[in-house]
Amino acid sequence: MTIRHHLSDQLLMAYAAGRLPEAFSLVVATHLSLCDDCRAQAGSFDALGGALLEEAGESAMGEDALAQALARIEGLPQARTEGPKPAGIFPAPLAGHVGGGPDAVRWRRVGGGVKQAILPTGKGATARLLFIPAGMAVPDHGHRGMELTLVLQGAFADRDESFGPGDVEISDETVEHTPTVLAGQDCICLAATDAPLRFRGLIARLAQPFLRI
Amino acid sequence: MATPEDETDWAGLLQRVRDDADPAAFAQLFRHFAPRVKAFLMKSGAGAALAEECAQDVMAVLWQKAQLFDPARASVATWVYTIARNRRIDALRKARRAEPEELDWGPEPAPDQAEALAAQEETERLARALGALPAPQRTLIERAFYGDLSHSEIAAETGLPLGTIKSRIRLALEKLRRQMS
Repeated sequence: MTIRHHLSDQLLMAYAAGRLPEAFSLVVATHLSLCDDCRAQAGSFDALGGALLEEAGESAMGEDALAQALARIEGLPQARTEGPKPAGIFPAPLAGHVGGGPDAVRWRRVGGGVKQAILPTGKGATARLLFIPAGMAVPDHGHRGMELTLVLQGAFADRDESFGPGDVEISDETVEHTPTVLAGQDCICLAATDAPLRFRGLIARLAQPFLRI
Repeated sequence: MATPEDETDWAGLLQRVRDDADPAAFAQLFRHFAPRVKAFLMKSGAGAALAEECAQDVMAVLWQKAQLFDPARASVATWVYTIARNRRIDALRKARRAEPEELDWGPEPAPDQAEALAAQEETERLARALGALPAPQRTLIERAFYGDLSHSEIAAETGLPLGTIKSRIRLALEKLRRQMS
C-alpha cells in the first residue's frame, strides 16, 4: 500500500495530546495502523508528552500509596493484553469499533446505491462508514468544520488528486468539493466531521436530514 | 541538570517487572512516576483525590501491560505518559480513545539495550529543550497537552527537534515489520 495523503502534524499532535473527539481519534488510529510514517510522527509527539511528564513536577502521593499499589498489583495478572485484530479491509481499531469487517456493518441505504453507517462515538464529532458505488460523485458540498475521509477500499478523485486505500483527505471550511469515486471498484471510506456538512444542491439539501450528515 | 536519578535505567526496571514480576523494581518506578503522573493530571484539571486515584490506576496498568512496552519505540516516561493520557480521557471526558493496532515484538529477540538507552536520552534531551524554549512557545505546548486547547487551536509547530525522534521510531518500526513478516 502506497500512502500519499497523510495526517497533518496538527492532528497527530492533538491525538498525542489526547485532545481529539473520539470520531477523529478513530480515523487517526485507523490511519496509523496502515501508515508507519504517521505512526512514527505520532510517536515523536508522544515523546513530547513524556518530556512534559518528566517536567511536570511532583505531587506527593498519599502516605500509604506505594503499599496500596503493591497490594493491588499482587493479585493482578500480567497477561499479554490482546487488542482488536484487523478484519478484512478494516484495520484493528475500526474492526474493534464495529465488531468485525464490512460484513458486520449495519449499512443503511441512502439512495443511488450509496450506503452508510453512523458509528456510535462520543461528543464533538461524528463518524460514519460510507459505501459509494464505482464511478459515482458525492454531491458538491462545503464544510463548516473539519472533515477527515480515510479510504479503505477503491479510490476517489477530488481537486485534481486521487485518494486510494490508506490515504486520508482533510477538508475544512475553505473547501467546496465534489469527490468522485473512480471506476472499477466500489469505494468504502471512514469519514469523520466535527460539524454537519452543507450541500449546495437543493436535492442534496433535502436529503441531508436523511443522511444525518 | 544531571542528577543521579537521570542515570536510572527505567527500561531495565520495567523489564524486571515484565520478566520477573519484581516488586522492588515496581516500587522504584512508582516512586519516580506516580507523583509526576499525579502532578500532570492536576495540571490537566483533575482534583487531588481523582489525580491520586488515576495515578494509582496508571501504575497498575504499567504492571499489567509491561509486556507491551517496546523500549525501541518509546522511553518509559513516554510510555507512562500515554497510559496517563488515556486514563485522563476515560476519567475526565468519559469518552473512548481509539488506539492503533498493537505491534507485538514478542518475547524475543530481546530489545536492544542501546536502543532503550537512546529513547530515554532523547526524552531527557527533549525535556531540556522544552525548558529552554521561550515562555510563550512553551506555554502553547503545555496548554495543548494539559488540555486547554481544542484540536483546531493546537499549533503543531513546536520549535523542538522532534525530527530525530521520528526517524528513530521509523527505523524501529521497519525492524519490527521485518521481524513480523
